[in-house]
Amino acid sequence: MHELGLTETIVAIALDHAQGAHVLRLTLEVGQLTAVMPDAIRFCFDVCAQGTLLEGALLEIVQPPGLGQCRACGATLSLDSPFGQCACGSVDLAIIQGQELTIKQLELEELCV
Amino acid sequence: MCVTCGCSDEATPTLTHPITGKTEAIASLHTPQSHTHIQPDGTVLTHHHSHDHSPSHHPDHAAALHAQHHGTTLTLEQRLLSKNDAIASQNRGWLKGRESVALNLVSSPGAGKTTLLVRTLEDLQSDRPMVVIEGDQATSHDADRIQATGCAAIQVNTGTGCHLDAAMVEQGLDTLHPPLGSLVWIENVGNLVCPALFDLGETAKVVILSVTEGEDKPIKYPHMFRASQVMVLTKIDLLPYVAFDVDRCLDYARQVNPHLICFQLSATTGAGLEDWYAWLQQLHA
Ligand SMILES: Nc1nc2c(ncn2[C@@H]2O[C@H](COP(=O)(O)OP(=O)(O)O)[C@@H](O)[C@H]2O)c(=O)[nH]1
Ligand SMILES: [Mg+2]
Ligand SMILES: [Zn+2]
Ligand SMILES: [Zn+2]
Repeated sequence: MHELGLTETIVAIALDHAQGAHVLRLTLEVGQLTAVMPDAIRFCFDVCAQGTLLEGALLEIVQPPGLGQCRACGATLSLDSPFGQCACGSVDLAIIQGQELTIKQLELEELCV
Repeated sequence: MCVTCGCSDEATPTLTHPITGKTEAIASLHTPQSHTHIQPDGTVLTHHHSHDHSPSHHPDHAAALHAQHHGTTLTLEQRLLSKNDAIASQNRGWLKGRESVALNLVSSPGAGKTTLLVRTLEDLQSDRPMVVIEGDQATSHDADRIQATGCAAIQVNTGTGCHLDAAMVEQGLDTLHPPLGSLVWIENVGNLVCPALFDLGETAKVVILSVTEGEDKPIKYPHMFRASQVMVLTKIDLLPYVAFDVDRCLDYARQVNPHLICFQLSATTGAGLEDWYAWLQQLHA
């Protein structure tokens, strides 16, 4: 399950940037065409966040839908799998959205008020 | 209602019945701590608390969370695989500097990676220096099989990890120190999902599919077939005994990846190996 390794990476990157503050919210972007399952990330997050500054954080996952661009005619089309066929008949598509795997934002508790 | 965006539109995971086509919600997965919104452009947004934090447990923290007081937002936009990809680029540069190429062999377990590798080493070893990085979750059986051919090999055991990553290959290269002009073989862990995500610095990914697996593998595991530049359809000596439609398989493969270079061969009888060898011989850094 690669989601465990990815979640460890997510927690490590977040802790790196948190600089000792509690993390209130973590926003991830996981494109709908990646082979990464948000449910598995969530499950692993519970385990990996335990005992860290991320414990209790709100995990927000944004899943951009798949979008392809035809290399033959340039048209864009929506994709629900990482392949498809353009209206012009071509299957030669560049995936332009839906493969994101990014930590977008952290919301940190302010230490001094 | 959602604290972050104030939206109350909730969507749930669904189950679609294969025969009736009827779709129903999976209620059990819709826990109170987690909910989903679908935006007009199709973007799905889910919120989830990392564990039960009722007000009695962690009262201050939970209160801060729900009221959204004192929050500082830090925008990172950091790709999760950026560290792996940076090491992969280093590997690629290192290989190029040594005028070497690397092939990353991926497949389901038992498709025939090691058998093809052993056969290829036996036949081509005199033409060109070759070394092997063997990935497996446990045991060094495959590295032993490779070393029996006289080729330098090291075994990387990934434990519970389901793929090799670029750092493991970096270590492997450091240890093996392949001579100038080498062909470096990397046998990945048997798995058609995870290795697609991880760039190792290879020249090409080669996906190996055996005729005992069913011809629809390319559309069942499209990520892997898209990430690969080459497909080897192996065990073709078994075609008389299995219902496997080769043309259909190739159609599926090219539907997923129209640029895929395809070979058909048997590592045990040797049928079809010439084309595979011809392709390997023209590979240069
Ligand atoms: N009939 C036949 N069997 C093969 C062929 N290639 C591999 N095998 C058998 O398939 C099994 C798994 O092969 P192996 O190379 O260990 O697969 P790996 O897990 O992908 O490395 C072994 O029993 C091999 O003897 C082939 O071309 N034809
Ligand atoms: Mg093997
Ligand atoms: Zn995995
Ligand atoms: Zn088109």
